[in-house]
Amino acid sequence: MTDPGLKDIWVYLSASPLLGLTMTLVAYGLAYRLYLRTRSNPLANPVVTSVVMLIGVLMLTGTTYDDYFEGGQFVHFLLGPATVALAVPLYQQFSRLRQLWLPVTISLVCGVTIAAGSSIGLAWLLGGSTEIQMSLAPKSATAPVAMGISEKIGGLPSLTAVLVVITGITGAVLGTKLFEWIRVTDDTARGIAMGVAAHGIGTARAFQVSPQMGAFSGLAMALSAFATALLVPWLVDLMQFLVSHYALHG
Amino acid sequence: MNFLNGITLLLVYQLVGEVTVRLLDVPIPGPVLGMVMLFVTLLIRGQAPESVDQASSALLSHLSLLFVPAGVGMMVHFDRIAEEWVPITLALLLSTIITMVATALIMQVTSRWLVGARQGNQGKEPGGD
Repeated sequence: MTDPGLKDIWVYLSASPLLGLTMTLVAYGLAYRLYLRTRSNPLANPVVTSVVMLIGVLMLTGTTYDDYFEGGQFVHFLLGPATVALAVPLYQQFSRLRQLWLPVTISLVCGVTIAAGSSIGLAWLLGGSTEIQMSLAPKSATAPVAMGISEKIGGLPSLTAVLVVITGITGAVLGTKLFEWIRVTDDTARGIAMGVAAHGIGTARAFQVSPQMGAFSGLAMALSAFATALLVPWLVDLMQFLVSHYALHG
Repeated sequence: MNFLNGITLLLVYQLVGEVTVRLLDVPIPGPVLGMVMLFVTLLIRGQAPESVDQASSALLSHLSLLFVPAGVGMMVHFDRIAEEWVPITLALLLSTIITMVATALIMQVTSRWLVGARQGNQGKEPGGD
């Protein structure tokens, strides 16, 4: 008696957005509590723990990603308004930004070029396929931008979305330690580096360190979205030209 | 009501951004253009309204949550990642570290050099290096 009843409920739930949405919020709630318990240890990054928990549950219950995303899309959608919302902290830091516009511009152009160039170069050296190289190239830009660029240069947009998230997590986890090692103590420089290398996930981490680091990280993330869209397709053409040149004459 | 006004305004800017990007056919994502437009509006007005401030801090205080559904998408690509896990993981890890270190150092050096020098001329000398 209960078996078919439970099955009906499961059929209903797995087809409705309610389950995916609730699961996402519950998993994040647990992950965030764990993060606070560990006194904001970057290794317990709430994105990592919630993704691991959710994938575990989906695999155990045999739920497909598409079914999950029926609900997950409502959270995913908020990335748009959240990007617009970055204008507010940016505005609040404007006087500082105006003073620093030249160093910020130089760092952004160099950072975006290094991010894309090094990921293509390293993936190529390590024997990665062209598809993987192209999917990795825009990994430091924020998800919607990176997916668009990936499609344009011959990568897999949905794989890029995942690589973008992993890159963000890597940056958020390693960032503060790296800055200590290289003795960069200024929150402006740390914020810019975080935003260029690790987009929104890095920015979320930066806001936990200080409002100034968060604002500059948000600024760098927004501006590097522009810079990546403009520079990366061109950089890819240049690198492919160099590789074919090297293959012919080297 | 305040929060609702704020979130509505953010959505309106996003919508205007998306429409403009499509009309002008520029390779920039709509929300990024929306952010620039809101930023310019705030500069012109000279202050951020309470409602926008509230909605923005609510969204930004849990920015990490918004990346979770995309992260779960990893399960669709397990095979592909397993096939080429060495180039993927190493290139991603090393490139992220290189980018972060290089950008932080470039920013620190150029801001001391360009901004620090200007301030130095007005009074104190910049740090001895």
